[in-house]
Amino acid sequence: MMTKTKKPTTVEKKLVGLADLVIQAAERSKDPTLQIPIRALSNVSFNERKGMIEMGDKKQARSFFNIGMAKKFMQTMLVADALAELQRADLTTSLREIYYRTKHTIRDSHENTFDTQDESDPIIEDLEVTLSALREELHVRAENAGSIVGPVVFGDDGDRVDCSKLGKGGYSVPSIVEPEYLEIRRCTADFVLLVEKGTQWNRLSEDKFWRRYNCILLTGNGQPPRGVRRLARRLHEEQGLPIYVLVDNDPWGYYIYSVVKQGSINLAFESQRMAIPKAKFMGLSSADPERYGLPRNVGIKLNDKDVARAKELMNYQWFKKPAWQAEIKRMLTSGLKYELDALANKDFQYLTKQYLPRKLREQDWLD
Amino acid sequence: MTTMRESRSVTGPMVVVSPSDPADPASHSHAGAQKKTASKPAERVTAIEMGARQREISVSEFFTKNRHLLGFDNPRKALLTCVKEAVDNALDACEEAGILPDVTVRLEVVPIDGVTPPASQATRFRVTVTDNGPGIVRQQIPRIFAKLLYGSKFHRLRMSRGQQGIGISAAGMYAQLTTGKPVRIISRIGPRAAAHFFEVQIDTKKNEPLVHESKQIEWDQPRGTQVTMEIEGRYQKGRASVDEWLEQTSIANPHAKLIYYTPEGEIKEYTRAYHELPPSPREIKPHPYGIEFGMFLKMVQETKSHTVVGFLASDFCRISPQLADQICRQAKISPEMKPRDLKGSAAETLYRTIQSTKIMAPPTNCLSPIGEKAILAGLYKQIKGEFYTAVTRPPAVYRGNPFVIEAGLAYGQRPDEHNKPEQPAAPRAEGEHEEDDVELARVIRYANRVPLLYQQSACATFKAVLGLSWKNYGVAQARGALPAGPMVIFVHMASVWVPFTSESKEAIADYDEIHKEITLALRECGRRLGIYLRRRERAASEYRRRNIFELYIEEVVEACNRLKGGTLPKEKLKKQLQTIAVSRTGGIKTDEVLGKTGEGPEGLPHSIIVTEGGAEGDVVVGTKLDGGGEEAGIGQSRDGHTDHGGGLASGSKSDGGKSGGIRPSWRQNQRERFTGEDEKNKTRKGERPSSRASNGAVRRSRKVTA
Repeated sequence: MMTKTKKPTTVEKKLVGLADLVIQAAERSKDPTLQIPIRALSNVSFNERKGMIEMGDKKQARSFFNIGMAKKFMQTMLVADALAELQRADLTTSLREIYYRTKHTIRDSHENTFDTQDESDPIIEDLEVTLSALREELHVRAENAGSIVGPVVFGDDGDRVDCSKLGKGGYSVPSIVEPEYLEIRRCTADFVLLVEKGTQWNRLSEDKFWRRYNCILLTGNGQPPRGVRRLARRLHEEQGLPIYVLVDNDPWGYYIYSVVKQGSINLAFESQRMAIPKAKFMGLSSADPERYGLPRNVGIKLNDKDVARAKELMNYQWFKKPAWQAEIKRMLTSGLKYELDALANKDFQYLTKQYLPRKLREQDWLD
Repeated sequence: MTTMRESRSVTGPMVVVSPSDPADPASHSHAGAQKKTASKPAERVTAIEMGARQREISVSEFFTKNRHLLGFDNPRKALLTCVKEAVDNALDACEEAGILPDVTVRLEVVPIDGVTPPASQATRFRVTVTDNGPGIVRQQIPRIFAKLLYGSKFHRLRMSRGQQGIGISAAGMYAQLTTGKPVRIISRIGPRAAAHFFEVQIDTKKNEPLVHESKQIEWDQPRGTQVTMEIEGRYQKGRASVDEWLEQTSIANPHAKLIYYTPEGEIKEYTRAYHELPPSPREIKPHPYGIEFGMFLKMVQETKSHTVVGFLASDFCRISPQLADQICRQAKISPEMKPRDLKGSAAETLYRTIQSTKIMAPPTNCLSPIGEKAILAGLYKQIKGEFYTAVTRPPAVYRGNPFVIEAGLAYGQRPDEHNKPEQPAAPRAEGEHEEDDVELARVIRYANRVPLLYQQSACATFKAVLGLSWKNYGVAQARGALPAGPMVIFVHMASVWVPFTSESKEAIADYDEIHKEITLALRECGRRLGIYLRRRERAASEYRRRNIFELYIEEVVEACNRLKGGTLPKEKLKKQLQTIAVSRTGGIKTDEVLGKTGEGPEGLPHSIIVTEGGAEGDVVVGTKLDGGGEEAGIGQSRDGHTDHGGGLASGSKSDGGKSGGIRPSWRQNQRERFTGEDEKNKTRKGERPSSRASNGAVRRSRKVTA
């Protein structure tokens, strides 16, 4: 994939193809038009057999001579140009740098090509799906927003990284974790625990939970970035480790779990190499407060947005399993959500010493 | 007003002291003093003693104490009021005499102890107003300038700026009060007569003039009046300033030439944009609907008629002898009865009967609306905009008083101006946006051609502006706020009796009839503005579309070129794309809509549209709608032409356009001349003195290049 020769890469060829499209349309006095696969719920389907979200083939036309799309078309060409530049120079960059690289004021006007990064980010995703190129292949990386600790050894740029010898801080998961970049040299863990919140990951890491239960602790600080998801998938696939997900008990926690398991709606095309259909939902379940005796006063009232989101989730095909319907309904009935942090109400180490051991012992998780 | 009892609090010690409460610690310190007073019975005043103190108060004394009632509340407003009263008088006099007014206003800072402070710091001003009017006969000068409630305008029903005969003498009294200086007057009634110089003051006790100086002098003006007052005041520019007032005056009086010497030494000249005098309004008798019972009784006692029928028919307008007879019979009163014998319940029955009888609306030749073209001329002259329109409503009546509402609009910026500030095209950083212009419209209000500067929110005109949904006309408007946009809204009420909310004539009372008329006039203006804006918007959006494509083509071509490794024939691709762009954005048509090939005021009546090419429309162009004079009462059918040349279909539905025909044609390019008494008398029904035309100076043709 990452050939370092001067021969144009596949991705570069695809990017140049966009320019050809414009030139050919102009030749024939046609409106240059890109066909961009739609990245929305309307264009994804749940493949029950594979257990993941797949992208449909609905496309939206983005044409230049349409007043509503002209600017986006122009922006798309600018981003394509910048991406091709990366290919030629063999550099990787961030979303924000792409934004700055492509931003300038159009000649003889006050107008900027991009006003905020919010305009350039979706265009990169558009190009990912249009060219069916992965973000890594486009040489665009995300923030290093994940941490890992546990009995696993990586090779990173020739360095040996033993994640059991990195104290309580662990190893910062790079955004590109493809085998060419990150090699799994040795792994003796029994399972992977993917924690939503950095704070709880810190708790577990500090308490050396991983040593006692021989597992890998992984966090993505909220919605896990691609690097973290991809790494979890590789550990699952290559090392055969089960994945358990530990999130807050609220609609957003449920959705994080579902993204890990089935893939996201927005980037459904990446499910193929990201989704972990066998991932399990460890908690916090809406049944846990009762089961673990969490007092009602550490709950938080669901707001209108939460309720709406929960109802939306119930309609997703991949949440149609009876156990899940019951899980979400239970939350709606109680009208409360609980954070992982709320477990500290009982004891600072309740998560490490009571909650997780009991969960593992009782094999109390949702699929 | 002349016999007013003094209020009791001034009369004497009427204090009732309550016995001090020993439990109240606060009262202890005063306890001794209070005991003394409390022990004596309260001093009482007998009716006789009181009667000895009761006496007449002269109007002048009353207003000395209550000067805020006349607009002298603070030094800044006082300066304006003095200018206003003098200019109003000057314009009234000129118009009544049929003279195109030339009025000069001079404000000078009066040095104090030999030091002349800058105008903004000064506290003393000399106000001099000079006109080219008919002058004042020698005997009347002292009384006009130094006797309150003395004048020609109060007792008649005829439209004029002044109504009560208080203004100028009150200004003089204010001068006397604050600086002690008498009012100085020079007046000359014609080139052959001598000019008289007077110095007068008011004897405030008697409300009579005191003449300090009276002599004949040499004066360089052949005719006219000059009044000079030295007053305490403050000069400050901006809202409700003398400058603003004069500017607005010149908008509503485009036939007047105003020269203004500011206290800062500037000379501002407001030129004459319209070379016809407003038609001279005629005097009318009161309409029975506008008379209250008390007033009716007074008229009954004072009439010169010998019979009730005669009284009704001759002292009121719109009551014919037949109708009078019918009214008497209905009220069961002998038509031959002497009016003086009409008393008590009989009088009341008669009054009631009159009020319930259907009587034709009063004649409206007592009104002199400004007229659409003159409003346009005034707005065009003074306000820089791109679209102007004006509407004169047909006359209407409130409480028996006829009135006419006129509205005008000036919108936008001159094309040459709004291009300029855009020039420095600094690249914008993230988070920077073009500043949203939330400038609100400005309402300029007039009553009988006099600008109203204070108490805007209490005024019927302002309320009507707020009440209109401007959104319908493509203008943004926040809830309960003025419409937003570069816009000046002009509203004028002409009436024999403008119902002000206070004596200082600052706001028009919100009568339903008046409100409705204002709304109708504004609506018509708004409708035209809406049409204009929509057209402009359509053209602009096509233009923007093309612009956007042209803007982006460059970027797309450059990006493609870089993608292709810099080997692209750029110009070729650019041309190809540009061709597609033009064919997709309405082609050449867009150019046309954009005004390069524009013609006429786009079918909008009484409007001016200013484009880069110049002004188009009704600047001083003769109207096609002549006829339908203002003589037509409300109940009457119009005898004027009803053809509505080139107007919009809906334009002819509203009456707005028709009354524009009041103006005589300007085409008679005649030498300006003064219309004397003779001509004034000739002027009646529909027979407009078209000869009072212009001297043909400043005039714009249908399309004038800027």
